[in-house]
Amino acid sequence: MGWQKQILRVDLTNGSVHKEPLNMDWAQQYLGERGLATKYLWELMDPETDPMSPDNVLIFATGPLTGTMASTSGRYAVVTKGPLTGAIACSNSGGKFGAELKYAGYDLLILQGKAPQPSYLYIADDDVQIIPAGDLWGATVWRTEETLKKIHHDPQIKVASIGVAGEKGVMYACVINDLHRAAGRSGVGTVMGSKNLKAVAARGTKGVRVEDPQRFMELVKETHQLLKENAGVREMTELGTNAMIDAMQDFGGLPTRNFQEVQFEGTEKIDPAAMMETRPNGHRNLVTNKACFGCTIACGRIAHIDKEHFTIVNRKEYWHASGGLEYETAYAFGPVVGVDDIDALTFASFLMNEHGMDPISFGVTLAAAMELYETGVISKQDTDGVELNFGNAEALTVMAEKTGKFEGFGQVLGLGSKRMCEKYGHPELFMGVKGQEFAGYDSRALQGMGLGYATSNRGACHLKHDTFAEDMEDQTGKGKALPCKETQDATAALDSTGICLFTAGAWGSDNLARQVDAACEGDWSTERFVETGERVWTLERMFNLKAGFTAKDDTLPERMLNTPARSGTAKGKISELDKMLPEYYTVRGWNQDGEPTEQTLHRLGL
Amino acid sequence: MYKSLVLDADKCTSCLQCEMACSMQHEGMFNPARSRIKVFEFEHGARSIPYTCTQCEEAWCLHACPTSAIVINQCTGAKEVINDKCVGCKVCTMACPYGTINFQASSGKVVKCDLCGGDPQCAVACPTGAIVYQ
Repeated sequence: MGWQKQILRVDLTNGSVHKEPLNMDWAQQYLGERGLATKYLWELMDPETDPMSPDNVLIFATGPLTGTMASTSGRYAVVTKGPLTGAIACSNSGGKFGAELKYAGYDLLILQGKAPQPSYLYIADDDVQIIPAGDLWGATVWRTEETLKKIHHDPQIKVASIGVAGEKGVMYACVINDLHRAAGRSGVGTVMGSKNLKAVAARGTKGVRVEDPQRFMELVKETHQLLKENAGVREMTELGTNAMIDAMQDFGGLPTRNFQEVQFEGTEKIDPAAMMETRPNGHRNLVTNKACFGCTIACGRIAHIDKEHFTIVNRKEYWHASGGLEYETAYAFGPVVGVDDIDALTFASFLMNEHGMDPISFGVTLAAAMELYETGVISKQDTDGVELNFGNAEALTVMAEKTGKFEGFGQVLGLGSKRMCEKYGHPELFMGVKGQEFAGYDSRALQGMGLGYATSNRGACHLKHDTFAEDMEDQTGKGKALPCKETQDATAALDSTGICLFTAGAWGSDNLARQVDAACEGDWSTERFVETGERVWTLERMFNLKAGFTAKDDTLPERMLNTPARSGTAKGKISELDKMLPEYYTVRGWNQDGEPTEQTLHRLGL
Repeated sequence: MYKSLVLDADKCTSCLQCEMACSMQHEGMFNPARSRIKVFEFEHGARSIPYTCTQCEEAWCLHACPTSAIVINQCTGAKEVINDKCVGCKVCTMACPYGTINFQASSGKVVKCDLCGGDPQCAVACPTGAIVYQ
């Protein structure tokens, strides 16, 4: 158990809905969520398929621990071929939607084809309907969720939807669920829009059973306690993930003004202390912290904007509280675009959730546009008359809204940084890998992070490996390849359970393997669990190789490889990717062209 | 003086561990749809409010029941439903001013909080102290 042992397959082209038994052989090899969805994707589509064509497959996947009392058990993943990158895309999200989908009785929801008209999918246990979206097409994420709950007379419905950004083809549109949780990266929402699918509304009342309830509950008690006692986890509860902004500022790994610098003078105006400060007029940015389903950490922030701030002074509809700044959002609307106005950052964050866009990709794309503007490549004539200088808070919020509504220069920003920089003849200003923009860590200061960015299967990403401790200790490329590989595998295994990565500081693979073992059939030793992660990672790589990627794509922008960091602990350093990458391929059991050897494939049963 | 469940909305993060613990205790599975305690969210998640039976001293559900299926547990003070006596008439659900005794279609009976016999699992599971049994 753990699994519901049933999947839901929907062909949007002809409107057919099929419930099928879960392939248990695959579940035993790939576990669930990220891993199992990757296997189904591999079996169901040609990796060379155009990601925007109806032949792309879009999978919503829960894990065997999703919906259980294991802490942070609300995760689900959206797996597809990503339009931003052309690589496999795997974005996971918290909130309550994933658990609800599972409670309705499904491990996976597989969407194929393209609906003949804008539609949404309604799932209430066994009752599954494809329903015309009508006026919802063109609506924001927030209005979509509110409307669907009203239409179906059930406030307990959980909704995952796209905004106009996803409908119109912003290349980094998200799937947003529960108002402010996102399957954020690589344009998984763009694929949903290309299928004419506005939303999935789920209601589940079937529950989830585990194999050995008594042992599982003992482990729940033990593992909850481990989280509670962990200092890093406590910091996430108290300060949110934005605590990282002060750490990166001190270290000198905080990408600033499109990665021209690695420290930002305005950090203390947008850090957790600034969020918690009560101002002279009585306003305080932070309202409360908030948990996703099953989460005993509750790193999420709920914030509101000062009503006197220029962004909302005449817009009462934004006077309420909503999802506030987490680290990546603070970085992408702060240092990387040079803005230090916390209300503007918070408003831009609201807009991302409301319109369904990835803040990292948007912020880093805007940063490149600002560099193009400051160097005279583009002018006010291109930017709808907006002065696109670094540090301009109004430019940030105006462009966030234009992009969300796909208007004016927002359509250019919606291309993502790589395509935009190529359009203006300056591909070197794109800060990312495989078409996906960097997260808030500089590859010159954090060497292992650079290797992780270069080799991540979904393009630049900070969430698919963890060499943080090694990077803080030593700023050379030495000894980074093996921990990068090992944590990539462990993370791939974790992402296949339904659990959140933010447990990883307190739980090792052994803690997770034991919980999986108590919940599921099959003997899940730590070794088997981690090997499952390696199998998942390698299959993702195989997908990308078949899609046309080569070792040449495992690289970083020139700025990381040739332009030394200007300040901080890494002053004068460049990325040592050229030393790390060959070693990485070797520890992976791949040849120097970045292809898994026959021996490696055989060992993993691929 | 009986102990009771003290619910503090200011401490609730809406993680729903309480709902899962409740359903595991009473239904043998994780299923918030069958939990006796519910968390309601308002204002984009800025307010989360856990809510369950207050075990009224003058329990209207108990007085309304035509088959005397609701009785007081003398050890805990909880008003408990005796399944064998409940005929699923739902009169108690109308009598309850708080809406915390509910009909369950799957069993044809009503369900309500019984304080887990004196060790309420929602309070054990709550990570923030929003639910305390004291």
